[in-house]
Amino acid sequence: MITPSGHKVYAIAAEYPTAAALYDAAKRVRDAGFKRWDVFSPFPIHGMDDAMGLGKSWLSAVVLAGGLSGLTTALILEFGPSWILYPLIVHGKPYDWKTVPAFFPIMFELTILFSAFAAFFAVLIMNGLPRWNHPMFNWDRFTRVTNDGFFLAIEARDPRFDQNETRDLLEQTGGQHITIVHED
Amino acid sequence: MDGATAAPEVIAGEASTSVERPLARVPLVLNKRSFGWLTEQIAGAVEGRAPRWWWVAFAVAAMVAGIGLFCLGYQISTGVGTWGLNHPVGWAWDITNFVFWIGIGHAGTLISAILFLLRQKWRTSINRSAEAMTLFAVICAAIFPGVHVGRVWMAWYLAPLPNNYGIWPNFRSPLLWDVFAVSTYFTVSVLFWYTGLIPDLGTLRDRATSKIKKFLYGVFAVGWRGSNRNWRHYEMAYLLLAGLATPLVLSVHSVVSFDFATSILPTWHTTIFPPYFVAGAIFGGFAMVLTLMLPARALYKLHDIITPQHIDKMAKIILLTGSIVTYAYAMEFFLAWYSGNSYERFAFWNRVLGPYWWCWWVGMLFCNMLSPQLFWFRWCRRNVFVVYFVCMCVNAGMWFERFIIIVGGLHRDFLPSSWGLFIPTWVDIWTFIGTLGIFLSLFLLFIRFLPMIAMSEIKIVLPEADPHHPSPTGHHPVAAGGKERT
Repeated sequence: MITPSGHKVYAIAAEYPTAAALYDAAKRVRDAGFKRWDVFSPFPIHGMDDAMGLGKSWLSAVVLAGGLSGLTTALILEFGPSWILYPLIVHGKPYDWKTVPAFFPIMFELTILFSAFAAFFAVLIMNGLPRWNHPMFNWDRFTRVTNDGFFLAIEARDPRFDQNETRDLLEQTGGQHITIVHED
Repeated sequence: MDGATAAPEVIAGEASTSVERPLARVPLVLNKRSFGWLTEQIAGAVEGRAPRWWWVAFAVAAMVAGIGLFCLGYQISTGVGTWGLNHPVGWAWDITNFVFWIGIGHAGTLISAILFLLRQKWRTSINRSAEAMTLFAVICAAIFPGVHVGRVWMAWYLAPLPNNYGIWPNFRSPLLWDVFAVSTYFTVSVLFWYTGLIPDLGTLRDRATSKIKKFLYGVFAVGWRGSNRNWRHYEMAYLLLAGLATPLVLSVHSVVSFDFATSILPTWHTTIFPPYFVAGAIFGGFAMVLTLMLPARALYKLHDIITPQHIDKMAKIILLTGSIVTYAYAMEFFLAWYSGNSYERFAFWNRVLGPYWWCWWVGMLFCNMLSPQLFWFRWCRRNVFVVYFVCMCVNAGMWFERFIIIVGGLHRDFLPSSWGLFIPTWVDIWTFIGTLGIFLSLFLLFIRFLPMIAMSEIKIVLPEADPHHPSPTGHHPVAAGGKERT
C-alpha cells in the first residue's frame, strides 16, 4: 500500500494516554480478529499477553535445551580426562561410583552457565534483535515509548487491514494522534 | 467483553472499602510521581555535565586504584615474597580479600534474583546498582586468586585445556570448583545485568542529544522498541535468569566455603560452613549496598525512589542475616567444646585469647554480632546515620571474619615449633586498598554513564502501570475504590 506522497505504508498507529487504555484497546483489536499488530510500552504491562491473545513464551524450551547441553558438556569434560585420559589419584581417593558426587559442582555450574547463555541469546534471536532500525521509529512521537508513551500499531500486511476501517477502530478504542507509519 | 467486566465491578467496589483498605501499603515511589518524572530523574542523572563531587571522588578513587595496580605489577614482577605470608600462614590477605569481595557480590544477586522470585517489588529501586556492585566486587575478587598463584602466566592451568604434557586439572578439587563457580557467577551476572539494561539503554538512546551518544547507546540497546511481542519473551528470559541465578549465588559461596571445609584443619573442617558463608555474604553485601546507595540517594536526590521503607527493609535483612551469622559463630564454639577434640578446643580459645584476639573482639563480636542488633529498633532503621554506622561496622567486621578464619586457622598449627604470625607488608595493605579504589572507580563510572535505577522495572510499581487502574478520564471504571498497589 502506497500513500499519495509515495511512501510504503507499514502500519496505522495510535497513542493511548494510559496503560489501562492501551490494555482495553488491545482486547478490542484482538477481538476484531487482527493478527499482525503490536503494542508498545515503556514497561511490560501485566496481562497484556492475554489481552493480545498471545500464549506463553516458549523461550523456556530453549533454556532447557541449553541446560541439558551444559550438563552433557560437563559430563564429557570431567569424566573424559579424569577417568580415561589422566586419572589422578589425590588423597588416595579412588575412582568409583562413591566419588561421583565430587564431580557434581562443576556439572551444576556448567548447566547454569549454558542455560543463561541460552536465555540471553534466545531472547535476542526470538525478538529479531539486534536490528538497526524499525519502521515505528519513523514516527516522531514514538520516541516516548521508552519514557511514558503507550502505542498500538496495526500492520498493513494484516489481511483485515483497511486504511479507513482500521483507523475507525483505533478511534473507537480511544486512540490519539492516529497516524500512518511509513515503511521507509 | 463489556459484560464480563461489569460483573466484578461491584465486588471490587465492595472489597475496596471493607477488605482492601486496611491492607493498603505505603507506596514504593513517594509523592505520586509520574512515569515521565522517573525517566527525567534517573536518565537525567547520566545526561549533562558531571557534577564537581563526581570528579573529586573519581580522581581519588582512580588514584587509589592506580596504586593498587602498581602493587599488583610489583608483586607479579618480583614475586609473592613481597607479601607477608609465609609458613605456616600460606593464605593471608589474598584469600581474605577474595572471600570478602566475592561475598559482597552476593547481595546484588539476592536483590536481583531471589527477591524477584519472591515478588518483592521494592527491589526495583535498588536492583540495578546492586547488580553493578556485584560485577565490580567479583572483578576485585578475581584479582586475588589470579595473582596469589605466584606465576600468573601459568594461570591457564586452572582451565581444563588440552596441553602437550597431557596433564588435566583435578575435577574433584574444591579449588577447581571455585574456578568454575566464580567464572560462571561473573558471566551469568553480566548477562542478567545487561538483559535488564536493554530497555533502559533504549531510553537513553531516545533521549540522546549528541550523535555519538545516540550511536553508542543505540548499539547497546540492540534496537529495543518496547514491543509487547518482545516483552513477552523478555519477561520469560528475565524470570529464567532469576531462577538460574538463585541456586547459582547460593552455590558460589558454598563452593568458596568448601575450599576450607574440605581440609582437615581445626576451625576449617566443619559442615556448618556453606550456610554460614552464604548468610555472611548476604550480610556483608547488603551493608555494602547501603554504603553505596545512601550517598548516591543524597547526591542525586532520589528520596522519592529509595524511600525510608527501602532502607528499613534492607536493615531488616542485615539484622536477619547478622543473627544467622551470630548463631553460626556461637555454634562453632559449642561444637568445639562438644566435639571433645583438644585441637578444635584450642583453636577456638586461641581465636578469643590468642595473638589476634582483638580482631575477634572488634571485628566479629562488636561489628558483626552486636552492631546489627540496633536494627531491632525502628528508630535506628529509619535514621540514615545509624544505618550508615552499622553498615560500616559490618563492612569491616566481615573482612575481619575472613581474616580470623584464614589466618587464625593457620598461624598456630598442630606443632608449636612451627607456629608463626602473619604481619602484612605495605604491598599487602596497598593491594587491598587498591581494590577498594578499583571498586569505587568502576561504580562511579557506572553511575555516570548508565541509569543507576532500573527505569523499566520501577515504572511497574506505580499504580498507573496496573492495566486495571482507574484512569482520570474515567475510561476504565473498575476498582474505583482506589486500590493501593503492594
